[in-house]
Amino acid sequence: MKIHEYQAKELFRKYNVPVPDGKAAFSVEAAKEIAAGLGGFPVVVKAQIHAGGRGKGGGVKLAFSMDEVESLSGSILGMTLMTHQTGPKGRLVKKLLIEAGQNIKKELYLSLLVDRATASVVVMASQDGGMNIEDVAAKTPERIIKVQIDPLMGIQGYQLRQVGFGLDLPPTAMKAFSGLLSNLYTFFMAHDCSLVEINPLILTSDDRVLALDAKVDFDSNALYRHKDLLTLRDLDEEDPQEIEASRYNLNYINLDGNVGNIVNGAGLAMATMDIIKNAGAIPANFMDVGGGASSEQVENAFRIILADDKVKAVLVNIFGGILRCDVFAQGVVAAAKKTGIRIPVVVRMEGTNVDEGKKILSDAGLNLISAADISDAAEKIAAAVR
Amino acid sequence: MSIFVNKDTKVLVQGITGNEGSFHTRQCIAYGTNVVAGITPGKGGQKMDEVPVFNTVQKAVEGTGATVSLIFVPPAFGADAIMEAADAGVELIVTITEGIPILDMVRVKKFLATKNCRLIGPNCPGIITPGECKIGIMPGKIHKKGNIGVVSRSGTLTYEVVDQLTKMGMGQSTCIGIGGDPVNGTSFIEVLKAFQNDDETKGIVMVGEIGGSAEEDAALYIKKNITKPVVGFIAGLTAPPGRRMGHAGAIISGSGGTAAAKIAAFRENGIHVCENLGLIGQICKDVFSG
Repeated sequence: MKIHEYQAKELFRKYNVPVPDGKAAFSVEAAKEIAAGLGGFPVVVKAQIHAGGRGKGGGVKLAFSMDEVESLSGSILGMTLMTHQTGPKGRLVKKLLIEAGQNIKKELYLSLLVDRATASVVVMASQDGGMNIEDVAAKTPERIIKVQIDPLMGIQGYQLRQVGFGLDLPPTAMKAFSGLLSNLYTFFMAHDCSLVEINPLILTSDDRVLALDAKVDFDSNALYRHKDLLTLRDLDEEDPQEIEASRYNLNYINLDGNVGNIVNGAGLAMATMDIIKNAGAIPANFMDVGGGASSEQVENAFRIILADDKVKAVLVNIFGGILRCDVFAQGVVAAAKKTGIRIPVVVRMEGTNVDEGKKILSDAGLNLISAADISDAAEKIAAAVR
Repeated sequence: MSIFVNKDTKVLVQGITGNEGSFHTRQCIAYGTNVVAGITPGKGGQKMDEVPVFNTVQKAVEGTGATVSLIFVPPAFGADAIMEAADAGVELIVTITEGIPILDMVRVKKFLATKNCRLIGPNCPGIITPGECKIGIMPGKIHKKGNIGVVSRSGTLTYEVVDQLTKMGMGQSTCIGIGGDPVNGTSFIEVLKAFQNDDETKGIVMVGEIGGSAEEDAALYIKKNITKPVVGFIAGLTAPPGRRMGHAGAIISGSGGTAAAKIAAFRENGIHVCENLGLIGQICKDVFSG
């Protein structure tokens, strides 16, 4: 689960990870009030959306007077911000972070993440702050410091020094940096983060270290033990259909294509999207109803996809294992009765209780196109959208 | 021969009295698996059908000599269940549970490094040696005894592949789902190594998906160490970046972990790539009989 920069910084403050003075504003009036309280200029006006690249997209500006705070806040609030991460649709800005400007001597990069290859928490740091860290890793891997933390021992003093000296920090800033990194690690572990990224971490002209940006991602699987974090979820940042699907514990992602699909199992669902593409069409979604879906879940999955105007045809691909084909078929029939089926629906079913499932579908007299196997389903879906 | 499990394997089930645990235990027993014990804390002394239930894994191992554990406990208790099994001397721990927090798995992996055991999963369908034993949730009847080893990060996608193999007349030596989580136990490479050393396995099918670099690492390993033919499939060519595609581990982060990169790594290292799932049975037939 992603959160906003301002929320991440509020959490950082609680863990004594230094951040600039500032606060979130949801209106121009509030922005001015916060700016007035910062006691000087420049003030930074930052758009708060769940996507990177905000600066390049025009969502981060420096204000040198209260008039500028007013005009910049007014223009950024309500703008549709487009960055390399938002896609062409962009994201509507509804919140701002108003912060005190800083005298920057040096921009650094610092992150903590779970490294899959080594199955450990890793600190990544670089003197090339403010840049895309992937580009740094690709072009100048020697400029990246990577330190692996033993989860049973925690971060050690020598590791803090390894990173701090590796970043070539002045001796006067070392103590503050060690504290910052140590506290950041404590924060990471205490909240089951999957990523904490500070880009840039800055060294100020008076040798303080500050998190100028903050990106935090929590492990969704661990949220059951962090109920307090659930209040940080921002539904404005999510797709309404995805929110609806999440109510029924459906793994659904809304995409741009025109062929809907309903599948059981994540791997098969991805492969089914690929099949649609191979057939010359574009998938409208990812929908994994899960291994042990109930007919109610199937009904809702079907309803959500049929309600999507851009969907011109649907491919259903079920390999019954735990999910029995008869249970699935009951859900399809229930959804069809309520919503009606006005577009071609190709159904491919295999596995547990497949004969019962097929009988339920044919008895219901629904206008479904049945497919013998995956290749047959691909051909029929291609024909349907042609 | 087969890898990791066979008809003599004695299995215990952690979480045997739960909904999923009891349902799948019955399915495993019906397939022929030798389930000797179940564990549900507080229900020791009872029975699930004919299977004796113990309070702890330690007592179950002492009482029955089980060497393999199958885990169905809820995700919040997953890490604890794995460590309990490892501490009791269980040799192979098959964890079906989906949704174990990643930092729990980071700690578990560190713990397991001090024990002499193998973990399969979590978030996986399990392992089956067709005709001998099924330790997991896969539908047994689509499998057929034979010479193809199957290893995959997925569940139902693996069933699709196995179904096509069986319909084409190609049976399987052992099929293993290593799980869809970002931090898991047994890797592709460890399974590949075991298939290479297994006389019964003549060919290998490897099913990967977006996220991480396990497929790329495996491809390099295959080039250096595997002499048996390998057919590879990768799911997720159309997956958008930055989104978790159902599996916790199926996510393209930045420019890393794409299907295209994995397919390229397969090609560069001599793996026969299947790009159309509908044809994987046919491609395997061409490769393995050639």
